[in-house]
Amino acid sequence: MKKVALEVNGKKITREISDHTTLSGLLRDKLNLTGTHIGCDTSQCGACVVHVDGKSIKSCTALAADLDGSKVTTIEGLATNGKLHPMQEAFKKMHGLQCGFCTPGMVMSAVDLLKNKKNPSDQEIRDWLEGNICRCTGYHNIVAAVKEAASKM
Amino acid sequence: MKTFNYHSAKDVKEASKLASSNSAFLAGGMTTIPSMKLGLASYKDIIDIKRIKKLSGIKVSGKTVTIGATTKHSEVASSKDVKKAIPSLAALAEGIGDPQVRNRGTIGGSIANNDPAADYPSACIALNATIHTNNRSIDAEKFFRGMFETCLKSTEVIESIEFSIPQKSSYQKLPNPASRYAIVGVYVAQHKTGINVGVTGAKSCVYNDKDLAGALTKNFSSSVIDSVKISSSGMNSDIHASSDYRANMVKAFAKKAVDAC
Repeated sequence: MKKVALEVNGKKITREISDHTTLSGLLRDKLNLTGTHIGCDTSQCGACVVHVDGKSIKSCTALAADLDGSKVTTIEGLATNGKLHPMQEAFKKMHGLQCGFCTPGMVMSAVDLLKNKKNPSDQEIRDWLEGNICRCTGYHNIVAAVKEAASKM
Repeated sequence: MKTFNYHSAKDVKEASKLASSNSAFLAGGMTTIPSMKLGLASYKDIIDIKRIKKLSGIKVSGKTVTIGATTKHSEVASSKDVKKAIPSLAALAEGIGDPQVRNRGTIGGSIANNDPAADYPSACIALNATIHTNNRSIDAEKFFRGMFETCLKSTEVIESIEFSIPQKSSYQKLPNPASRYAIVGVYVAQHKTGINVGVTGAKSCVYNDKDLAGALTKNFSSSVIDSVKISSSGMNSDIHASSDYRANMVKAFAKKAVDAC
């Protein structure tokens, strides 16, 4: 067992975890933050993307023990005072989701893109979302949603 | 995933001391963690080397670029120094996996794993790399032994990889559309001392294609590649590409690389 201290969505937390606990496991099972989804569980699908120290990573392929002292933002940490983040608003407005399973990862990944690139082209958005897989939408509206968010942010 | 004892080493000496035949060093974990989840690997001890500061960073001298073992792909891809000294190396890093993999995966992890379809091994071959460990310095040609096999000992830690800056170079690959691993990847580099053609994805281990290098030494143009015979014997054959197809792609991507030099 290991004791880890993290800041998750602005709140400091400390938990006892097994050495092999992944970040996605800690978030979902110990902290009840089930917005971070587990799809493939082998870092291909991107449903588990969160931000660690400001960068997007796949939380299913990071050990919680190795992130002691880090700052984590999950999909639950994007809205402020009950108001959706512009990226969440844009996904809603542009119908960037159908079943919604991949959406938390898509949104977290897209937010990271706009941090580095204010007005990405369609191709840049598609390249950036390489590691996020959606089985419903065919990606078209997801790209439209990211463009919409870029125009608002 | 079977449980293990997680250790975070404070320096290379401690990491090496903790290592055994039943342990693995953990850098980005982009292969190690999924392999453990899938039951392809299990270890008693996982030794995290990410917090060892001296293992990360990029240094450019007059003739070489030295990259610390735990330097992430995203750091190599965005490094102004690498882009200036060896642009093809920064471009290679930018083409690995996806952004989240590049934010975690490391160069040392990539070459220690020696996946037959990984990108970085071809750079090590093409750019006459020297792999510096805590015990010795190893030429890339001797480092990569076979499929997922290197000459590293279980307690040996890669500290940095030193690449020679070529006169011109280019890496071109046919990526698997799902994983972005190379179905075939060809790294052509022209140095004052000679030409290397590092090929990944085609066989069970990265190699320097001497026939292509020899032809390019006589005439550095993509048209000369048409006359080189590439045998499909010993090439990988799987659901993504047959060995004959791969042999053809080695030619096609060698030509692309020469044209892009």
